[in-house]
Amino acid sequence: MGTALVPLDHYAVHRRVWRRMVQTARLCCGVPDYDNYVRHMLDKHPDREVMDYPTFFRERQEARFGGRGGFRCC
Amino acid sequence: MKGGFGKVAWAALALLGAFCLGTVALRRGEPINALWIVAAAVSIYLVAYRYYSLFIASKVMQLDPTRATPAVINNDGLDYVPTNKHVLFGHHFAAIAGAGPLVGPVLAAQMGYLPGVLWLIAGVVLAGAVQDFMVLVISSRRNGRSLGDLVREEMGQVPGTIALFGAFLIMIIILAVLAMIVVKALTDSPWGMFTVIATIPIAILMGVYMRFIRPGKIGEISVVGLVLLLFAIWLGGQVAAHPTWGPAFTFTGTQITWMLIGYGFVAAVLPVWLLLAPRDYLSTFLKIGTIIALAIGIVIVMPELRMPALTQFTDGTGPVWKGSMFPFLFITIACGAVSGFHALISSGTTPKLLANESQARYIGYGGMLMESFVAIMAMVAASIIDPGVYFAMNSPAAIIGTDVNTVAQTVSSWGFVVTPEVLTATAKEIGENSILSRAGGAPTLAVGIAQILHSVLPGEGMMAFWYHFAILFEALFILTAVDAGTRAGRFMLQDLLGNFVPALRRTEAWGPNLLATGGCVALWGYFLYQGVTDPLGGINMLWPLFGIANQMLAGIALMLCTVVLFKMKRDRYAWVSIVPTVWLLVCTTAAGWIKIFDATPAVGFLAQANKYRDAIAAGELIAPSKDFGQMQQVMVNNYINAGLTALFLFVVLSVLFYSIGAIVKARRNPQRSDRETPYIALTSEQQAAQARL
Repeated sequence: MGTALVPLDHYAVHRRVWRRMVQTARLCCGVPDYDNYVRHMLDKHPDREVMDYPTFFRERQEARFGGRGGFRCC
Repeated sequence: MKGGFGKVAWAALALLGAFCLGTVALRRGEPINALWIVAAAVSIYLVAYRYYSLFIASKVMQLDPTRATPAVINNDGLDYVPTNKHVLFGHHFAAIAGAGPLVGPVLAAQMGYLPGVLWLIAGVVLAGAVQDFMVLVISSRRNGRSLGDLVREEMGQVPGTIALFGAFLIMIIILAVLAMIVVKALTDSPWGMFTVIATIPIAILMGVYMRFIRPGKIGEISVVGLVLLLFAIWLGGQVAAHPTWGPAFTFTGTQITWMLIGYGFVAAVLPVWLLLAPRDYLSTFLKIGTIIALAIGIVIVMPELRMPALTQFTDGTGPVWKGSMFPFLFITIACGAVSGFHALISSGTTPKLLANESQARYIGYGGMLMESFVAIMAMVAASIIDPGVYFAMNSPAAIIGTDVNTVAQTVSSWGFVVTPEVLTATAKEIGENSILSRAGGAPTLAVGIAQILHSVLPGEGMMAFWYHFAILFEALFILTAVDAGTRAGRFMLQDLLGNFVPALRRTEAWGPNLLATGGCVALWGYFLYQGVTDPLGGINMLWPLFGIANQMLAGIALMLCTVVLFKMKRDRYAWVSIVPTVWLLVCTTAAGWIKIFDATPAVGFLAQANKYRDAIAAGELIAPSKDFGQMQQVMVNNYINAGLTALFLFVVLSVLFYSIGAIVKARRNPQRSDRETPYIALTSEQQAAQARL
């Protein structure tokens, strides 16, 4: 290693891996990525209202257990 | 994998797998190390993934990376979200892995570890992973539709309804079996009972926090929940030892059954954010964490297997469950080798999150390989404990007796030498009063897990802590499955009844809600109750029903795959799904037939019912029944189980009938006739977005 500089994007990798793990853990609970949702709404449906995170979370919770879903494996 | 392994390296890996498997299969008389099994399984999985799943992806299903998936077409950021493949893999695995792959192998260990290991490896590669993968692709190419819809679309209205009805029955049986595992683990165990009850206030605390205090912050409160849970396990040990509180938390199986039935009803009616959702989060994290810890533990400890490769019980006379190796081994180990329930997940949330069709191979086939590996670890955990202890824990009292001396004598007479002192010492070590006749898989697995974790992190009295940690880990996700299943069953039932009385379909009204929830709880509660009070220990009765039902659903899913292949004019590749279909149909129908008609009372439902009927007529009591009312009950239960098995056979055979019809029609038709949604190409913008995932 010696005097070589640490590349600029060095910690980006750690952050990305951590973020993936958080995304996985949330998705396992039925909550998809919120940032992705907001980006999607701003991008594709600028006319519609974007839910804030607590509303988004509740909406997803209801969707997971409220009706058809909630299937769990043996 | 860019560059990756060369062909030579893959050949070497295949040789290594074959060599390890040969060692596992052929070495007799001396104990072998668990790593042989792990190495054999992993190398065969890798080779199968590299070659067989690639063959299915490129030739059989002809995956097209330029095709837009439902997640891309319907992207709404909520239900349909193109997701990073590793994230989706985690989600899919967490959804498919449950108690099934953990319990089945433990029960199958009575024949020795070899038959189970061979079936787990061969079954997953040729059947289980193929089913998950193909159903995922088929559903993904039909807008993420569910299994019932797919069967209806490709085969017709009638088989579709029959398949849905079959799925409902399976769910009832699964809930009953899962609940029974919990009952068996908590009977006369104040420590276990206290920790499981403690999860309710912990979950409610988490629920309130996530709802009102810091909405939607799952991570921080889950850590708090986990710490509280560990504290509850420690406190449970104090409670169990306490002269007043210990007995206060000691309950019989029947008492716990009624508590569970009441609890299931309340939990399904309460708002989800209060109890169900937070416990689901906790159990998911605990499940994944424990599975990883177990894998690391096995590699570090490298335990030796003490169970023989084959026991004399391959002839079908085993004490844990009765029945010969064919077909019952293939029914007992359902999840881990092939599980029909996965078809519901592969046609549920996963296809709606799939960013690119080409990733279906990794998620569908790879995810199932991972579950099979969990089952292999369960088999290892069951095989490292003293076989004498294993049989003392898993045989019903009617066979081995109720005090340590008789039990030790009986089990030793089978050739698994064990002393009464060992049985008492083991019970004391894990902080229980007794380990005798705790059939159901969970306690045995917990002893195995505790031994492994204890070797990694030793400490005075920690064995009991790890045992109850393992029990809690299983009870937690089983109870979550019971809650969620009761809810899902409630909606199914309301839908079903709504066909006759439209008012019952209103899911938000209290009357229909209570009625349907009550109906659903009553159905699984009935089977749970009969299992808990069964003279032969319940597992012998309910587990084959569950296995038959689960494999039957897998058969239906694979028949669907076969029909679709013929409709797509890919006749020459249809063997890929035909081979596992035939095997599953042969196993399920043979097992169903034997369970109904076999003349041995311990095996055949009708024979058992008739035995009790004759005894009642002759005025003889059969132990452990205490009066004729109980015997009457056992008789009725067995008639009902025979009827249910017949119903399963009817479901699977009628779907077979319709599949053959659909295949004959497809072969006559010179055109493709499947109902795939039309091809839409990914735009360059969408492709760029995928690269950034």
